[in-house]
Amino acid sequence: MSERAPAVGTTTIFDIGAPGRRAHAQLAPDGDVSDLPADCLRASGPALPAVSELQAVRHYTNLSRCNFSIDNQFYPLGSCTMKYNPRGAHRAASLPGFLERHPLAPDALSQGFLACLYELQETLKVVTGMAAVSLTPMAGAQGEFAGVAMIRAYHDARHDDERSEILVPTAAHGTNPATAVMCGYQAREVAVGADGDVDIEALKAVVGPHTAGIMLTNPSTCGVFERRIVEIAAIVHDAGGLLYYDGANLNAILGKARPGDMGFDVLHMNLHKTFATPHGGGGPGSGPVAAGERLLPFLPTPYVARDTDGSGHDVYRWLTVDDRPQSIGRLSAFMGNAGILLRALAYAQMLGREGMRRVGEYATLNANYLMERLREAGLELAYPTRRASHEFIVTFREEAKTQGVTAMDIAKRLLDYGCHAPTTYFPLLVPECFLIEPTETETPEELDRFVEALIRIRDEVEREPELVRTAPHTLPVTRLDDVKAARELDLSFRTGG
Amino acid sequence: MPFIPHTAEDTRTMLARIGAASIDELFDEIDTDLMRADFGPLADGVGEMDMLAAMSGRARRDQTGPCFTGAGCYDHHIPAAVWDIASRGEFMTAYTPYQAEASQGTLQVIYEYQSMMTALTAMDVTNASVYDGGSALGESVLMAVRASRRRQRQGGARDSAPVHIAVAGACHPLYLDAARTITRNQGIEIGEPLIAADGRTDLDALAAGPAPAAVVVQQPNFLGLIERVDEVTAWAASHGALLIGVVNPTALALLKPPGEWGDDGADIVCGDGQPLGIPMASGGPSFGFLCTRQRLVRQLPGRIVGRTVDSLGRPGFTLTLQAREQHIRRAKATSNICTNQGLLVTAATVYLALMGAEGLRRTAARCHARTRDLVDALTSMESVTSRFSGPFFHEAVIDIGRPAGPVAETLAASGVVGGLPLGQLHPELDHCLLVCATEKRTDADIAAFRQALAEALAR
Repeated sequence: MSERAPAVGTTTIFDIGAPGRRAHAQLAPDGDVSDLPADCLRASGPALPAVSELQAVRHYTNLSRCNFSIDNQFYPLGSCTMKYNPRGAHRAASLPGFLERHPLAPDALSQGFLACLYELQETLKVVTGMAAVSLTPMAGAQGEFAGVAMIRAYHDARHDDERSEILVPTAAHGTNPATAVMCGYQAREVAVGADGDVDIEALKAVVGPHTAGIMLTNPSTCGVFERRIVEIAAIVHDAGGLLYYDGANLNAILGKARPGDMGFDVLHMNLHKTFATPHGGGGPGSGPVAAGERLLPFLPTPYVARDTDGSGHDVYRWLTVDDRPQSIGRLSAFMGNAGILLRALAYAQMLGREGMRRVGEYATLNANYLMERLREAGLELAYPTRRASHEFIVTFREEAKTQGVTAMDIAKRLLDYGCHAPTTYFPLLVPECFLIEPTETETPEELDRFVEALIRIRDEVEREPELVRTAPHTLPVTRLDDVKAARELDLSFRTGG
Repeated sequence: MPFIPHTAEDTRTMLARIGAASIDELFDEIDTDLMRADFGPLADGVGEMDMLAAMSGRARRDQTGPCFTGAGCYDHHIPAAVWDIASRGEFMTAYTPYQAEASQGTLQVIYEYQSMMTALTAMDVTNASVYDGGSALGESVLMAVRASRRRQRQGGARDSAPVHIAVAGACHPLYLDAARTITRNQGIEIGEPLIAADGRTDLDALAAGPAPAAVVVQQPNFLGLIERVDEVTAWAASHGALLIGVVNPTALALLKPPGEWGDDGADIVCGDGQPLGIPMASGGPSFGFLCTRQRLVRQLPGRIVGRTVDSLGRPGFTLTLQAREQHIRRAKATSNICTNQGLLVTAATVYLALMGAEGLRRTAARCHARTRDLVDALTSMESVTSRFSGPFFHEAVIDIGRPAGPVAETLAASGVVGGLPLGQLHPELDHCLLVCATEKRTDADIAAFRQALAEALAR
C-alpha cells in the first residue's frame, strides 16, 4: 500500500473513455425492436462508460489495490469477525450447478441445492440449541428484523396487545433499536453496569406488562460474557416478554455454549462473521434466524423440509406460507443469499464438530492474549477485571485528555503500520474506545506485531502528537473532508463532474 | 484444525502469558450449566478435497438444460472479467468502508456505481444498494410513507391512520410479499395489483380505489408487458401520490427511463440488479437498487458515497449523510439496514463499464428478439396461444390450454426449465406459463423447448 495507485480520485471510469469506444467481445448480436411502440423507447442512450476491456480491467484492478482487506492486512474490527474466508468454500459455491440454478426451478431439478440448505439448517440447529432454522434473512439486520417481527406476531396471535416496548441495553448495536422501531415497537434502553453486564436492578425497573421482549448480544458488545443471563431470561419471561439473541458475537462461544440453553426464544446468526463468508466490501451477508418451539410457527418462509418418498429416499421441498400459515412471510423475492449459505455449509463441513469447538476456543485465546499484552504495555482496558470474550475494549480517554489525540487519530495511524483499525467509538458508552477482535485465524506473531505498532504509536503520541493527529500518511489519500462531503453533495459523476 | 494456525507451543506460550492453565479456564465466567451442550450430532470435519467432492455431487444433480424462466432472475451472459475482478481478495475480503483512507477502492467503485445507476434510470441520486429487488420495494414504500407523513404533518394531520399504497398493474408478487412483510408493522397497507383484462394497469380501478400515499408500477410488468407508465405517473402526480417505479435494468437500455415518465418522472425507483453481471445462483446474492430525487435524498436508507477532498486538497471518496443511519441515529434511523451488497455492486459496476450503453442496448434488443422468436415458435403449436396482445420486452405469458403446473413438472423431467406456471401467483392464469428467452438462448434451445412442450402436451 505504500505506493499510490494512480486511479484514485482524479480518474474515474468515465474519465478514461472515448465516444464510440467499446469492449467489442461483449457485444451481443443486435435484435430488431421495431415492433415496440416508439413512445415507450428511450430517446438517447444512458451516459455509461465507453472503454475497452483492458481499460476496464486495469482501472478496477488498480482500484482494488487501494483497499485494505483480510487477504492483505490484519483486520481486527470488533464485532465484525474478520477471519480468513476459505477459498475452498468460495469454490464450492461457484460450482456451475449452483451458479446456474434458477431460483424458481422446480423442486425436481433442485434436490442437490435443497439438500445443502437442509443440512445447513440442521447444523445451525445443533450449534444454537434451537428447534428450527430459516435461512432466508439476507443480512444480520434482516435476521434481527425477522426475529423481532416473530416476537410481535406471537403476541399478536395471543391478542396480547399491550406490549409496546422492546428493551435494548445501552451498549447494543445501533441496529437493535432501529429494528424495534421497524417492527412498530418503542425501543427502551436498559443500563449496563460498570462491570459490562446488564444492570439487573435497572432491568427489573423497566420490565413489565408493556415488555414485548429484550434484545441481547452475548457475549455482549462490551466484549464480556453476560454472566447473569439465566436470571435475565427468568425476569423477562416472568413478565411475559421474550428474549431475542443477536448472534453478532456467536464466534466467541461457537461449539462451546448455546443461546438455546440460555433461555433465548429466537436469534439470528451472521454467517459472514461466524461462518467465514467474505464481507465483500460491505455485503452480501446472511442472517439465518432460529427459533425455539414457541416461535417456530412464525419463522419466515421459504425454508426446506425433508420428506421420504415411497422407496425410502429423502425428498426435499420448500416450506411456504401454505405449510406455515402463521409465518411472518417472505423477506426477499426468492430465498435469501443462497451463495453465502453454500459457503457457510462448506465451511461447517470442513470444521466439523471439533473444528467448531476450536473456533470458539482460539478466538477467545487470541483475544485474551492480545488483551493481556496490551495491559502489560500499559494501555487502559475498559473492563480490566473481566475475561475477554472473542473481543475486548481499550480506551484512550487519557491520551485524548492530556495529548489531544483521539481514538480516531490512533486508528488512522494504525493504517500507516499496515493494520486495519479496530472498531472505534463503539460501544457508545465507553469514551474514545477501540473494540478489538483478532479472530482465531491470526497467528500470535501477527498479534505481537499489532501490539508493537500500538506501543510505537503511543510513543508517537508522547513525542510527536501532530504526526498521529494528521495520520494516515502512507495511503492513497490523507484524511477526508467529511463536512464538505455532506454539505456539497457530489454523489455521482453526472452531477459532480 | 482447519484455518487455525496455532501450534501446541503457541497455545502453551499464550496461556502462560495470560496466566491461565487451560483454554477452558478462559470460559470460567460462563455458568458451568451452560457449558454442557451436546454438539454430538455434528459431523466430523473433512478436508477441502472431500468437501468439494460432496458439494460437486450435489451441484451436478441440479444441472439443467436451457433456462426459459425469468420472473425476476435472468440467465444473461456474464463477461469473464466481471468475476475475475470482483473475486479479487482486495474487494471480496474487505468490509464496509468505515476507514475511508483504507477503502478508496471500494468507495470509488460505489461512486461509479451510483453514477451508472442514476444515468440508467435518469434519476438524481441513489444509495449504495440494498439486499434485493423485494427488499428494495419494501424500503421504497417506507421512504414514500416517511416523505408523505412529513408532508401531512406539515399540513397539521396526525399520522395514526393506516397509509395505503396502490399497486398499478402486475407487480412481481414475490416483491409485494416481501414488501408487505417489511412494512406491515408500520401502519402501511399495500393493495392488490390492479390489472386490466389486457394484462396492464387498470386505470379505472386505480381511480376508484382509496387515496394512496404512493403508487407502485413495474416496467416491464411481471407479465412481461410494457406498462402504461406515463399515464400512471401522471395519475399519481395529479392525485398527490408519490410514484414508485420498479424496473429491470437491462430493459432501461431500450425503454424510457423512469426519470422521464409522465411530466415530471418517477419519485422513487427500485429493482433488482441481478441482470447486471450476477449469476442466477438460486436468486442470491444479488442486490437491490434504490434511486430517488434530490429532494428525497435524506430519506434514502443505507450507505451513500460522496466525493470530497483530503487534507491536501486531492479528490477522494467517503461515506456521507451518515446521520440517516442506524449506527448514528439508532431508534430514529431511516432503516435498520447496515450493509449494502457491496460485492455484487462491484460486479455490476464492472459489467456496466464493459457493456457500455451500446453493449447493454444490444443485449436488451437481442433478448426482446429472442423472446419474440420463442413466442412465435411456441404459439405455432395448435393448443398454445399468447395470453395478451400488448407489446412485451423479454418475457411473455403463453396459454397452453390446461393447468400449467403439471406441464412444467413434465418439462423439468426432461431437464428443461420451461417457464413459470402462473396459477399459484395469479389463479386466473392457471393455464399459463411466463416464459423468457435471453440473449443466450439459441435457435436449437428454442427448438428443443418447443419439442419438449409438444411432447408434454401430447401426453
